[in-house]
Amino acid sequence: MIPAAFDYVRADSAEAAIGLVAEHGDEAKLLAGGMSLIPLMKLRLATPAVIVDIGRVRDLSYVRDAGDHLAIGALTRHRDLETSDVLARDCGVLRAVAAQVGDNQVRHRGTIGGSVAHGDPASDLPAALVALDATFVVRGPGGERTVAATDFFRGFLETALGPDELLCEIRVPKSGPNGYAYEKFNRRAQDWAIVGALAARVGGTTRVALVNMGPVPLRAAAVEEALAAGGSVPDAAALAAEGTEPPHDLNASPEYREHLARVLVRRALEAL
Amino acid sequence: MTVNGTAHDHDVEPRTLLVQYLREACGLTGTKVGCDTSSCGACTVLVDGESVKSCTMFAAQADGASVTTIEGLADGDRWHPVQQAFHEHHGLQCGYCTAGMVMAAVSLLDEVPEPTERDVRLGLEGNLCRCTGYHNIVKAVLAAAETMRAAR
Ligand SMILES: Cc1cc2nc3c(=O)[nH]c(=O)nc-3n(C[C@H](O)[C@H](O)[C@H](O)COP(=O)(O)OP(=O)(O)OC[C@H]3O[C@@H](n4cnc5c(N)ncnc54)[C@H](O)[C@@H]3O)c2cc1C
Ligand code: FES
Ligand code: FES
Repeated sequence: MIPAAFDYVRADSAEAAIGLVAEHGDEAKLLAGGMSLIPLMKLRLATPAVIVDIGRVRDLSYVRDAGDHLAIGALTRHRDLETSDVLARDCGVLRAVAAQVGDNQVRHRGTIGGSVAHGDPASDLPAALVALDATFVVRGPGGERTVAATDFFRGFLETALGPDELLCEIRVPKSGPNGYAYEKFNRRAQDWAIVGALAARVGGTTRVALVNMGPVPLRAAAVEEALAAGGSVPDAAALAAEGTEPPHDLNASPEYREHLARVLVRRALEAL
Repeated sequence: MTVNGTAHDHDVEPRTLLVQYLREACGLTGTKVGCDTSSCGACTVLVDGESVKSCTMFAAQADGASVTTIEGLADGDRWHPVQQAFHEHHGLQCGYCTAGMVMAAVSLLDEVPEPTERDVRLGLEGNLCRCTGYHNIVKAVLAAAETMRAAR
């Protein structure tokens, strides 16, 4: 399958990328690892007239200790996350979740920024970032702003990013090397989660997030509240499907997904 | 870009996929297209030493990179240990997945030189084989790891 024709320009810095997107307007699309965009272009579900390749903006690829939090460049590849010593020490959960994304070939190319900007509720990293209450640093022609992960995801493949904005950095709190469990349910090893459940201890609280249980990555608020009030794991996990809107697709019905959410949340909490 | 150690220089349309470039511009047809939807791994090649699905990358993204295909693995008429092990352990039947499988295995052994069986199975999750049931592929990769370890 061959994508529709487009013009290709390469940006070598964040500023250049923002400038090129501003110059080409709505016609332009940023290309990071291409692991979501290229399949869409091959199916001609995306037909951008101009591709701005940011894959080589090396100064947006890093995992840094920034004192009270970690700063992760948007162009950091899944592979770099799953092998990061900084994450192993201060945010084991993100490292482990990154290792669950797709397969080795996908992780060699795909980036955390691409996962976030794509806004697919079936993706693993966005749910982890919602659980961690991450903050996203976004730059556009008008300057820089920060958006909380919980405000960022707006709908299926819809985010708070403007068409002329570049996601530059992801900030996460330090949550230590351990204290998490991720239950990803799929049928083929390399695939997206049919449903995923993440439990993580962050600063004395237990966070629970759900993958593919609605148009955006979700926090299982009812479960978290039940746990905070001293409820048992089985009782709390029984509330996992509350407030969700699971999709219906080839893999599963909404009812089956609700069942999976309860089972996977219980397993994740038991493994914590 | 450099392909198997040889410099290649072509003007291509931006939408040219790396796999098309390798097969059609460079004439290296060892790399196969299986699914064309990023799932099967038959098109796996190494870009700067790391496995990628060449059906899901534009040739322009690999501009300036060093690409290795199945044709570039052997050292003269001496096969790469992974190729040798696939031969000895019968890690293929129809052979369609093999080029991609071997390239993915080479990248995996570079990252995890002493893998367990589980490491191999997980490390090859991006490569599908319709024939072998994977058993002999896993055996071959573990054997290759052993040969390469002994040679170090
Ligand atoms: C076979 C396969 C299996 C996969 N399995 C999984 C899985 O199990 N779990 C999972 O979570 N994901 C999975 N993925 C998707 C993968 O995680 C992608 O890497 C990721 O979704 C996109 O990252 P990318 O860098 O490749 O982005 P691209 O595809 O390059 O871009 C995706 C979108 O984000 C935009 N974008 C990218 N970077 C930025 C930025 N810095 N600022 C603003 N906009 C930006 C692009 O314009 C585009 O719209 C899979 C992909 C494949 C091909
Ligand atoms: S042909 Fe590239 S993954 Fe199947
Ligand atoms: S040997 Fe036939 S597909 Fe693997």
